[in-house]
Amino acid sequence: MTDAIETKQLRKVFGDYAAVKGLTLQVKQGEVFGFLGPNGAGKTTSMKMLLGLIAPTSGEASLLGQPIGNRDAMRHVGFLPEHFRFQEWLTADEFLLLHGQLLGMQKDDLRLRRDELLERVGLTPFRRKQLRTYSKGMLQRVGLAQALLNRPALVFLDEPTSGLDPVGRRLVRDVIREVRAQGTAVFLNSHLLSEIEVTCDRVAFIQHGEVVRVLELASLSSDQTSVTIRVANLAAESLSGLSQWGREVQRDGEFVHLIVASDAALPEVTRYLVSQNAEVYSITPNRMSLEDIFIETVGKDGGL
Amino acid sequence: MSAIAIISRLTFREAIRRRIMLAGLVLGLAFVVLYSIGTHFIFGQIAKDTAVNMPSQMAADIMIAESTNTFMMMGLYAATFLSIAMAALLGADTLAGEINSGTIQTIATIPIRRADIVLGKWLGFAELLGLYVLLLCGGIVLSTFIQSGHLPQNLLIGLGLIYTEAILIMTITLMLSAAFPALATGGIVFGLYGLAFIGGWVEQFGAVFQNDTAIKIGITTSLIIPSESLWRRAAFEMQTALTGTFGSPFTTTSVPSPLMLGYTFLYMMVVLVIAVRIFQARDL
Repeated sequence: MTDAIETKQLRKVFGDYAAVKGLTLQVKQGEVFGFLGPNGAGKTTSMKMLLGLIAPTSGEASLLGQPIGNRDAMRHVGFLPEHFRFQEWLTADEFLLLHGQLLGMQKDDLRLRRDELLERVGLTPFRRKQLRTYSKGMLQRVGLAQALLNRPALVFLDEPTSGLDPVGRRLVRDVIREVRAQGTAVFLNSHLLSEIEVTCDRVAFIQHGEVVRVLELASLSSDQTSVTIRVANLAAESLSGLSQWGREVQRDGEFVHLIVASDAALPEVTRYLVSQNAEVYSITPNRMSLEDIFIETVGKDGGL
Repeated sequence: MSAIAIISRLTFREAIRRRIMLAGLVLGLAFVVLYSIGTHFIFGQIAKDTAVNMPSQMAADIMIAESTNTFMMMGLYAATFLSIAMAALLGADTLAGEINSGTIQTIATIPIRRADIVLGKWLGFAELLGLYVLLLCGGIVLSTFIQSGHLPQNLLIGLGLIYTEAILIMTITLMLSAAFPALATGGIVFGLYGLAFIGGWVEQFGAVFQNDTAIKIGITTSLIIPSESLWRRAAFEMQTALTGTFGSPFTTTSVPSPLMLGYTFLYMMVVLVIAVRIFQARDL
């Protein structure tokens, strides 16, 4: 199967400044791919090159097996730009119709798809209001609907949760899961590592316009989870008994830290502690490890 | 529907929604009403004066016809200037503004040709300007006709040339807007218009005083920016023969040749092609 995205040494130079030095990556069809990097690493420039908005200085790239800028391929691509802006004097209804018409969608199909998406992003009651009356979060939702209008095989989301409240962020996360279930590849650019961690299959770290590391997130969450247990009345011999489920067992007052091989071990750990007459107040898996990896990869100064 | 048609309709609808149409309509009507009130009193006064001062009825009729035509040309001159200002205002912000705000990104990633975006906007603005020129110039001519029964010769050719001038300015603005920010675009367009205006005057005076160098300076300016030559051809078509012998900014003594008109159309096509090329090559 052809990759959703494939780039080889993609490079963009503005004047004498190389915004993207040489981007090489592959995104498989149907996967959610996170694009991570510090500010100014060239993420947006890379995305714009892939979408044909700006011309690469050198290098190659293809979307859905076609060279970038190919209009047939773009018919199956969706895009939600960062700071999404559009004709604010249109209503949501008109805005989606306009895009569907430009995409060449059939009239009936377009109306159906528009209604379905407006409902999905929760904007049906506001569909006949001009976009200039919308809040930032509502605009982001219209943008998301617009990006999915043509049932894309590949969708680019540039900071899709910026400006969204927790309900909106949950919505974006759920929508990403839904489209992936339908076989759509998602290219996700986000600063929110927690978002990336729960939605992405793989992430690429980029720095100075180059991919410095690619990581499978599934392995990250299941292979090893760092757990913090708040517990009282725990005997020393009971503490050492924990090492049968995890390694690096440490005690810090009433907190116990350890790394377990998988989440599946947690119920057994709980049962064990209870059987040892310890008083368990909480067991918290620490999922912020992507942040640790991020800082380890790009450095504390963000690679400036 | 083709992408060009969709974009042109969008451009038209934008002018309505953002009340540009309404502003143009209200101020355009105010312009025509003011012209009508002014000329109502002036035409009345001229009729009274000529009845007393002119030696014969024939001389009085000629005097009335000439002054009516002169006032109408004055009105049309102002209407042309307003149409050009409208053309520059419509075109200046369109590409520059949408590139600046990022609005263009969602449209430009849809699989339509970038040329369609430029041509669609051009077509939408051309329709809007058509209505505007018709309202202003048509209003002036109609008001003059109702008041005095005077109808200029070659009316349709004249109005067509004024309309072409507005489209020319809009096309130049669109091209600049693809390359520069909106304010710079507006500044350059008005600068060019001023250049053409002065060049036109130099040529006119050159014709009155029969100075070849002055005429050549005027023609050279017209080659650089041919907008003023369109107005002068329009004036030549619509003014009376007698009016043409006096130099004034509202009428014309040095008439641009058909060759110059052909050049102007070619110029406009080339500018439009360059506008498309600039936009195609541009990083958005």
